[in-house]
Amino acid sequence: MSRWPAGQRHAVRFTLNGKPCAGEAEPRMLLTDFLRHQIGVTGTHVGCEHGVCGACTVDIDGKPARACLTLAVQIDGCALRTVESLAPSADRLGILQAAFKRNHALQCGFCTAGILMSLDCFLRENPRPDEAAIRDLLTGHLCRCTGYTPIIRAALEAAAEMRGDVSRETSDA
Amino acid sequence: MKPAAFDYVRAEHLDEALEVLGREGSDARVIAGGQSLMAMLNMRLARPKTLIDIMRLPELARVERRGGLVTVGAGVRQAALLDWSDLGESLRLAALALPWTGHAQTRSRGTVCGSIAHADPSAEMPLVLRALGGDVHLRSARRRRRVAAKDFFTGMMATARADDELIEAVSFPADQKRCAFREVARRHGDFAIVACAAVATVDGIRLAVGGVADMPAARDFPRLAGSALDDALNAFAYELDARDDVHATARYRRDLVRMIGRDLVREVLP
Repeated sequence: MSRWPAGQRHAVRFTLNGKPCAGEAEPRMLLTDFLRHQIGVTGTHVGCEHGVCGACTVDIDGKPARACLTLAVQIDGCALRTVESLAPSADRLGILQAAFKRNHALQCGFCTAGILMSLDCFLRENPRPDEAAIRDLLTGHLCRCTGYTPIIRAALEAAAEMRGDVSRETSDA
Repeated sequence: MKPAAFDYVRAEHLDEALEVLGREGSDARVIAGGQSLMAMLNMRLARPKTLIDIMRLPELARVERRGGLVTVGAGVRQAALLDWSDLGESLRLAALALPWTGHAQTRSRGTVCGSIAHADPSAEMPLVLRALGGDVHLRSARRRRRVAAKDFFTGMMATARADDELIEAVSFPADQKRCAFREVARRHGDFAIVACAAVATVDGIRLAVGGVADMPAARDFPRLAGSALDDALNAFAYELDARDDVHATARYRRDLVRMIGRDLVREVLP
């Protein structure tokens, strides 16, 4: 048994986007704040802080999860992926991100990081989703500007491209 | 908001968790998946001095079918139960209700027992436990006991669990071949305005309703049809003591109980 007293910082070790990572957190620190303020990866957004809006969704051990409903100390030893993992390099978008851009699936972008991480986890396990499955997944997210239609279109397009059904090498997206 | 400060205890054996709970009682809270408790902590509706994490205990992460009983340990996440290969065969009502429990992004971490411990009156897992007449397995450093679902839920987010006890597991009677589940919510995955579960019994049907009273309620009906069924459902709907809130009026809730109830009776007892 280990007891981590309140008000003191404790070492948290985990894998972030494929690389070993460590930081310090008080027991009460949320994973959202830990990522943004201690680790310095700010792609994960903080919305409602009670699990409703989905803006803070990240990939914990291969499953989409709310970072605001997770304590930093709980992810000790876990494999974490955030939106920073999606682009292959600083000047290129990932398949899902490019599909969002092409389809105008974002405006203000506040909800986007969370939606991308949900879809990224989902499409890895479900390479041939239908629209109903995407809609069901998106019930876990709130978008207040674009609306969901272009997001669904982008998700289906990205799924097809990930399967190799379409090649975008000649497109200008 | 952010949680108030607490000590974090990571239990490596169940005895350790029980020992801390026994010593600190209501000052301590058990955290499993945290999908209900973390929201309570963030809003400071709960301010425990100590949080006991039980998710590193492999003995709690088991789903087992033994004879006519399916036992789900305290560490079993909702997504894991949904992925259990035997679910459709052994626990069909849970297979129908789990997709309505939160969203994929919360089922990935939230546990079945955690939802039952939280005892939200509109939550699906307490409703399934009540509909099937399952048991809650409570354990403290001093004793173990089983409490039937109908005695476990005592009010709005209130249960028969003592301060030094944790839920070790819940068990459901298996093999409900004829059952049905339906829910009305503002958005799929949100808390139910009304959720209904129906299970065929020897001589009729049991109907369980969540989201209306301050805890899930169940009633057994004989085989009824026509106006006799309508009258029975109407009486049940009124006795649930529905109240108006920001989501729906009491009258709308009673309408849903009557309408969904009739549909489920037809579905389960064709």
